[in-house]
Amino acid sequence: MAAVVVENVTKQYGALTALAGVSLRIEEGEVFCLLGPNGAGKTTLVEILEGHRGRAGGDVRVLGFDPAQGGRAFRDRIGIVLQHGGLDDELTVAETTRYYRSLYARPRRAEDVIALVGLQSKAHTRVKTLSGGQRRRLELALGIVGEPDLLFLDEPTTGFDPSARRQAWDLVRALRAGGKTILLTTHYMDEAQALADRIAVIAKGRIVAEGTPDTLGDRHRLDARIRFRLPAGVAFADLPPSLQHAGSTPNGRCELRTADPVPLLRDLTTWATARNLDLDELSVDRPTLEDVYLELTRE
Amino acid sequence: MTLPSPLALLLHQTVYDHRIFWRSVAPAFFVLVFPLIMLVVFTALFGNELIPALGVTTAQFYAPSLAVYGAVNAAYVNLSASTVTRREQGILKRIRGTPMPPWVYLAGRLLFTATIAFFATAIMVGIGVAAYGVRLFAHTLPAAILVLLVGVACWAALGLLLSTFLRDGAGAPAVASATLLPLAFISDVFIPPTVQMPRWAELIADWFPLRHFTHALGDAFNPSLSGSGFAWSGAPGEYAMLHHLAVMAAWGVIAAVIAAWRFRWQPNPEGVA
Repeated sequence: MAAVVVENVTKQYGALTALAGVSLRIEEGEVFCLLGPNGAGKTTLVEILEGHRGRAGGDVRVLGFDPAQGGRAFRDRIGIVLQHGGLDDELTVAETTRYYRSLYARPRRAEDVIALVGLQSKAHTRVKTLSGGQRRRLELALGIVGEPDLLFLDEPTTGFDPSARRQAWDLVRALRAGGKTILLTTHYMDEAQALADRIAVIAKGRIVAEGTPDTLGDRHRLDARIRFRLPAGVAFADLPPSLQHAGSTPNGRCELRTADPVPLLRDLTTWATARNLDLDELSVDRPTLEDVYLELTRE
Repeated sequence: MTLPSPLALLLHQTVYDHRIFWRSVAPAFFVLVFPLIMLVVFTALFGNELIPALGVTTAQFYAPSLAVYGAVNAAYVNLSASTVTRREQGILKRIRGTPMPPWVYLAGRLLFTATIAFFATAIMVGIGVAAYGVRLFAHTLPAAILVLLVGVACWAALGLLLSTFLRDGAGAPAVASATLLPLAFISDVFIPPTVQMPRWAELIADWFPLRHFTHALGDAFNPSLSGSGFAWSGAPGEYAMLHHLAVMAAWGVIAAVIAAWRFRWQPNPEGVA
């Protein structure tokens, strides 16, 4: 069963095309991450799915509803964590949470969601005295207080310290384990890598790549990189012939790309061992999600 | 489980709006305290004597007109400014993403506004009665309550309309006051009608719904007038407020229609995303 089905959706703002025919499918129970630079159409797409904006063309089904006319029954089943604020300064954390829980058909207990986001000690504190990270956590609590089937998380951990971030990640994993579908947008590649079942990259109003964190942009098929620093007194031309195609930089850093790193590593280490040389900063890796993302969204 | 009923949500919204209002110093001051200060100042300056041209004492004139000023501050200044602020801060957008029906949210805000306006009026009249010998008349009370209700609805609609033109919550009270205060000076709120105004000022005051509000409520407090007030224009010496009511209702309906058409829940206009 698909929680979200988007088919060929378009949106224009005057002469500007925000979405130029976007199609995607989010299965029930998965964490789907939407990546893209600012202005790529990410927020527009998410707001169309939330029912905040209309579309110019195409079809959208969210939990079986057309969000443009979903009404109360639709909004009872979604939770939205907005990118900016939306909190009343004069209310306390507990009052704010109780206010929003009263709007839903089958809400969670206010104390429970406050505890889930780690704000118990701030329950009776006015919102205006909360730190940025604490406000963000309250917004997370408001997103889940209605016990939604589908949760929209728009950059949920911006402004979090590392431990609060890990806590938020654990919360997202727990929601996923509880069967929720989550649409996540983020600028943090490690967050996408850690949480997403699938990722779509949007650029200039189109989906340019889709896959799991490990397969996005054929990342698993990209060449590995072997990097090391040439030992002092050793010239580039001294390297064994199989390694001669490696690139080198003036300060002695070498990098080579290969689909099959094992034989090259053997040649390199045999050569170095025979001459009793150290290979400083030797590393073998594949392009990171961030490398792939930057490649996909390059102007 | 079913969704909460509109009535439950209406009361829920009203209660929360009260909680926020009573914690915010500036709106509470201008709605409740400032008109009382004016009542004390005016009676101290002019003395609480009978004003022969009006047939009432100073306090008997100022209690209802300053009550109108407090009510209009609640309906026009506070409602517009808080709506602009809530839109700017994304609170309206957040509400729009929940199962709260938009019309119930707005109705709850109007009910809150009306209760504040009635409370402010009751305090004003209560202090007038207790400290300045202001007299209330049972036979004009139903008309006075209806006038207050229609006046608050009219000015709340104008407040919501104003909110659709503004983006900056911090500047909104200044804009609302700047449009209200000049009108108040020619609408017999601070200056009694014994002062002769130029013809253009009379025409403006007659056109806008503020002087109709002060006269319709003030006449209910005038012991020299007869009748319950439920008359269109009335004979000389008779309390008649229906034509005032009609002017306010017309302004209110037109403002509400335009406000409903222009109203936005999102802080950013379409296109900035």
